[in-house]
Amino acid sequence: MSKFVYINGVGSVSVQKTFDNSEFLNEITSYTDTVASVINPDYKAYIPPAQARRMAKGIKMSTVSSQTALQEAGLKNVDAIIVGTGLGCIGDSEKFVGDIIDNNEQFLTPTRFIQSSHNTVAGQIALGIACKGYNFTYVHAAVSFESSLTDAKMQLENDEAKHILVGGVDEMVKHHVNSHRLIGHIKNEPVDSTKLLECKTEGSVMGEGSHFFVLSNQKQESTYAELVAVECYNTITKENLSKKITSFLNENHTSIEAIDLIVLGNNGDVNYDGYYEDLSSGIFKNTPQVYFKHLSAEYDTASGFAFWLAAKILKTQSVPNVVKLNQLETLNPKNILIYNQYRGENHSLVLLRKC
Amino acid sequence: MSKGVAITGMGIISAIGNNVIENYTSLVSGQSGISKISHIDTIHADEIMVGEIKTSNTEFEQQLNLSENSFSRSPILGIIAAKEALAQANILDINDYKTGLISSTTVGGMDKSEQYFYEYFESKNHWQHINGLHAGDSTQKIADAIGLKESFVTTISTACSSAANAIMLGARMIKSGKLDRVIVGGTDALSKFTINGFKTLMILSDTYNTPFDDNRKGLNLGEAAAFLILESDAIIEKENREVLAYVKGYGNSNDAFHQTASSENGDGAVLAMEKALKIAGLKPEDIDYVNAHGTATPNNDLSEGRAMLRIFGEGKVPEFSSTKAYTGHTLAVAGGVEAIYAVLALQNNCIYPNLNFKTPMKEFDLQPQTAVKEKELKHVLSNSFGFGGNCSTLIISKEA
Repeated sequence: MSKFVYINGVGSVSVQKTFDNSEFLNEITSYTDTVASVINPDYKAYIPPAQARRMAKGIKMSTVSSQTALQEAGLKNVDAIIVGTGLGCIGDSEKFVGDIIDNNEQFLTPTRFIQSSHNTVAGQIALGIACKGYNFTYVHAAVSFESSLTDAKMQLENDEAKHILVGGVDEMVKHHVNSHRLIGHIKNEPVDSTKLLECKTEGSVMGEGSHFFVLSNQKQESTYAELVAVECYNTITKENLSKKITSFLNENHTSIEAIDLIVLGNNGDVNYDGYYEDLSSGIFKNTPQVYFKHLSAEYDTASGFAFWLAAKILKTQSVPNVVKLNQLETLNPKNILIYNQYRGENHSLVLLRKC
Repeated sequence: MSKGVAITGMGIISAIGNNVIENYTSLVSGQSGISKISHIDTIHADEIMVGEIKTSNTEFEQQLNLSENSFSRSPILGIIAAKEALAQANILDINDYKTGLISSTTVGGMDKSEQYFYEYFESKNHWQHINGLHAGDSTQKIADAIGLKESFVTTISTACSSAANAIMLGARMIKSGKLDRVIVGGTDALSKFTINGFKTLMILSDTYNTPFDDNRKGLNLGEAAAFLILESDAIIEKENREVLAYVKGYGNSNDAFHQTASSENGDGAVLAMEKALKIAGLKPEDIDYVNAHGTATPNNDLSEGRAMLRIFGEGKVPEFSSTKAYTGHTLAVAGGVEAIYAVLALQNNCIYPNLNFKTPMKEFDLQPQTAVKEKELKHVLSNSFGFGGNCSTLIISKEA
């Protein structure tokens, strides 16, 4: 008999003030821009300042969010650390490439190269808490975080581990933003984040953030929700999407009617929001709907924000007005489905349930 | 004891061959692929040696019917190896079973990004490579090339243990019933980025690398792609597949010692080997051959040697060798290349020589196998260690 999987601690550093677990989107920061930077917690409370100066932003954010999640779950260590990141510590990679070119391959120092490795965050967390357990890093664009969830869930169900620290992190840096703006992946014109879905322009507003969770196969006082299922698909055509979601729900012994709330990844990109709009006006038209990328902005692991949001909704049994996409209300949300994709690729479905 | 997961196909391209047979022929004839670099224009060209695949991108593009300069080298190499693996397993319709693709890479499309880093802002000639930098892009291109749809496709990047971890995840997903079939491995091309990165760490040898030798001077970087097909017992039975070997054991742990260096006594490596033996239900003395990580850096070979002594005991370490002197260190792919070499070793009952070895290390009494040796092999253990303290071990066996 496979075990159930629970979310026992959460930690979020994002472009909203989410690092304090006692709050739930009490203050909202809106942006009129094409990018949004993280709202920094007090890093000094977590990292010695001398060390923090040399640290990549992704590592700093993840130090805070992972410690927050561990603390809430009442753990000092875990059996495994699994991190998803689309780009890793891309800031150090960019600087190292720039240095190679600018200095014609001379006078280079190793620090940037060392930090540029995609698994730096997972390695640094392991070093920090002296965790010699399983250590993995997934780097697959918009399903980096969901790949980590898939792996963690499998280990907890099979009782190969009892507590796993799972996270998603991406940092935003200049060359990446500027180059991706050239090819229309990032918007050229600033957008008011409160009107993100009305702009009807191509590209998205780029952001950054780090979300960590303690997943366990034991329920406890701090438990937020049960992670029922997670699936990733490299492709799904728009025509096939509703069918795919219906069969995902059936495989997990549930139905569209049983979904109390759907979390959708609309990012205001006129070319790709159609996937979500088809669901909003189609199979989920009678389901309360929420969205989040006007709060989180877009990045490979932005779905970590959605996971955090859904967990908070289930624990607090309240849906903040700022995320509502339609007028339908849910008073006692039990089942929440998260659907996300980026530029029509790397689709994911995550099903969470109230405990 | 848990049952092994069947391997039904393999594909590889490395400095010692563009397919599985060429690789095996080089291994048993002691033919190294280490040379001066020819495809990358670097000021270090005269002071480094590399394991380079001599075929150019242009030749590969013609072979794969790709338009000129549309892909970076990592996806190109990956497509070649993945297609060979599928052909060997005789898979005609990739979507006929629940199939996944788990690839791995460290550099992704860095070879192109470093070339056009500033040029992107001056001309649109090479904008096709902008989104090719991220690690997942190479995997998506491989998935497209083999026609995989609506499937679990992901990428692992745990530095030099990446492909070993891809194989491990694939085996676990088959065992858990999450997938019926999975293509696992990795791809990494040479780049200025890694050449200069390892150069700053001062662990690049200026000559042929010499694993486990007392006078070792560091590693040679290499490039490769390697993929294996893993299939469930249900498919094996239904399709009457020939099984090449089994992924019998796997272990992953973190050294939690230093961001780039291995601990002196190889704590992480010991844990990884212990876990793999436990999963396989085997005792250390059941291992017939160890394909070591053996990068020929002072730090790795000392740490790994000590870890092997701790696992097997003084005087009881089985025949071992590192094949890095053939291929160079192929970074993310090393664990995939060496898993395929482990299968070939089992199929042919053959242990490969550790080339270039002359002087035993002072710190312990360990000598790698230095000549081709025929021996009945049942279980081969393969190690892969990487930055970030990542330590992974696979055990590949003849029987399930």
